[in-house]
Amino acid sequence: MTNLTDLTVAEIRDGFRAGDFSAREVAEAFNANVAAAKALNAFIVETPEKALEAADAADRAKAAGETLGALAGVPIGMKDLFCTEGVQTTAASHMLEGFTPTYESTVSKKLWDAGAGMLGKLNLDQFAMGSSNETSYFGNVISPWRRGGGDNAALAPGGSSGGSSSAIAARLCPAATGTDTGGSIRQPAAFTGISGIKPTYGRCSRWGIVAFASSLDQAGPMARTVRDNAILLETMSGFDPKDSTSLDLPVPQWEANLSSDLKGKKVGIPKEYRPDGLNAEIAALWDRGIEWLKDAGAEVVEVSLPHTKYALPTYYIIAPAEASSNLARYDGVRYGQRDLPDGAGLQDMYAATRALGFGPEVKRRIMIGTYVLSAGFYDAYYTQAQKVRALISRDFEQAFDKVDLLLTPTAPSASFTLGEKQADPLAMYLNDVFTVPASLAGLPAMAVPGGLDSQGLPLGLQIIGKPMDEQSVLNAGLAIEERAGFTARPEKWW
Amino acid sequence: MSIDLQTVKKIASLSRISVTDAEAEAMVPELNNILGWVEQLGEVDVSGVEPMTAVIPNKLRLREDAVTDGDVRDKVLANAPQAEHGFFAVPKVIE
Repeated sequence: MTNLTDLTVAEIRDGFRAGDFSAREVAEAFNANVAAAKALNAFIVETPEKALEAADAADRAKAAGETLGALAGVPIGMKDLFCTEGVQTTAASHMLEGFTPTYESTVSKKLWDAGAGMLGKLNLDQFAMGSSNETSYFGNVISPWRRGGGDNAALAPGGSSGGSSSAIAARLCPAATGTDTGGSIRQPAAFTGISGIKPTYGRCSRWGIVAFASSLDQAGPMARTVRDNAILLETMSGFDPKDSTSLDLPVPQWEANLSSDLKGKKVGIPKEYRPDGLNAEIAALWDRGIEWLKDAGAEVVEVSLPHTKYALPTYYIIAPAEASSNLARYDGVRYGQRDLPDGAGLQDMYAATRALGFGPEVKRRIMIGTYVLSAGFYDAYYTQAQKVRALISRDFEQAFDKVDLLLTPTAPSASFTLGEKQADPLAMYLNDVFTVPASLAGLPAMAVPGGLDSQGLPLGLQIIGKPMDEQSVLNAGLAIEERAGFTARPEKWW
Repeated sequence: MSIDLQTVKKIASLSRISVTDAEAEAMVPELNNILGWVEQLGEVDVSGVEPMTAVIPNKLRLREDAVTDGDVRDKVLANAPQAEHGFFAVPKVIE
């Protein structure tokens, strides 16, 4: 008998429709895996009853011969950054502990309306700020992967969507939502040997997603295959009048148009992404990726993105600046925690509440943001960063005059040991060096697994596309997926 | 530019985050490291470059000036740490 939790989203969808198994059987199988994986700490809240409820609705609809939603019978994980009506939404912070939204985010609503069921709310870095899932108030998420040779050190699942990546790699859910501000879908996908796509900025509504940096935040899917990402992205995307930056464009049929034939496509290899001292195994994987794309019919040329080295410092001005503004809403008045010391006035209550509710990394970023926006420093830091951001974006525009896609590594290293980079915020920030530039330019970008390193840990490749051209990104991802033949999975220890 | 303890305390105050002296002292080198690193942006020639305001050219829409939601007072107040008589309650602000 098929192990239902080994199936992809497409296989579950199609098998359910064909009558090979019921939606309830699928939901029960994933619920059992979730319940048995506490050691990974991937979920903040488990909602087995929600998964069963959606499954039963799908089974009833099928029995009655009704039209089935695109995701009928498919249970998924929901990053705990999406507001879910009646289910606690924390952004992995103490600040929002106990917050139970009275509304549903647009993206999660679209998924439920399509028939998907919720297995639970997935852990993440606090307010999505982090690259290793070590800043969650609810504890670290552990990657299901371990280094070979009996090394049992707990490894980072990446961040901020670390609950999503860990849960998918461990077969606790076939797919999950993620959000990506500077690499939070792509880097965790790379660390855990799965795929994930950040679409063009504006494709997915931000309404109901706990805000971090509004000009960068984008939702996207994470799953084990490129096809599954295409399926989920189609459901998650679409115009939403409640988000002023939502793109008013029809949603393409990405799944139906998947093709790994890249004849006529030109792929650029940005030379600035190959700095001195680039990890040799990552460089070698990148070279294999180039060969795979050539094999798929693409022409590969070198391109230059001259302002690449400034992307990370630009990001660490703009993202904290926007965060300091967005997170001003946590004041202990309208929702979340309140700390009211004896005799405290309103201002003292704000300061005490925020000291209590935010973790160290969140405080650090709010303070950096406050500083770079403060009188006297605004132009030197923030305006300068917005100008450099324009130059970074222009680099991409000029490259895309010559090529259709870019191929780069996803992260500068494989997953690392929990605690290894925590002491030095800057070392942690450098994890996002390859993912941040596309975020600053709002471009669609995808991570796909390419192979394992010598320690047996997954490494990923990143494909960056032109605005609105998710199709080419997915197609190149598919071409890599077919050639990489990545079937490795973590051995169960949890 | 490097920041000192007084500046850190001022930023904390502007951020409405209360910090102890020890916390503020620990933040001085941390914030200086980060600020020192982002200062490399100063070397980029940005003459004639407009600051970026939108990543994807997208006209801000206008909609009809009409009420589209409302009548959800209890929902709005549902998560308030303290709500009384249909209002958010806060410590006394005016003596």
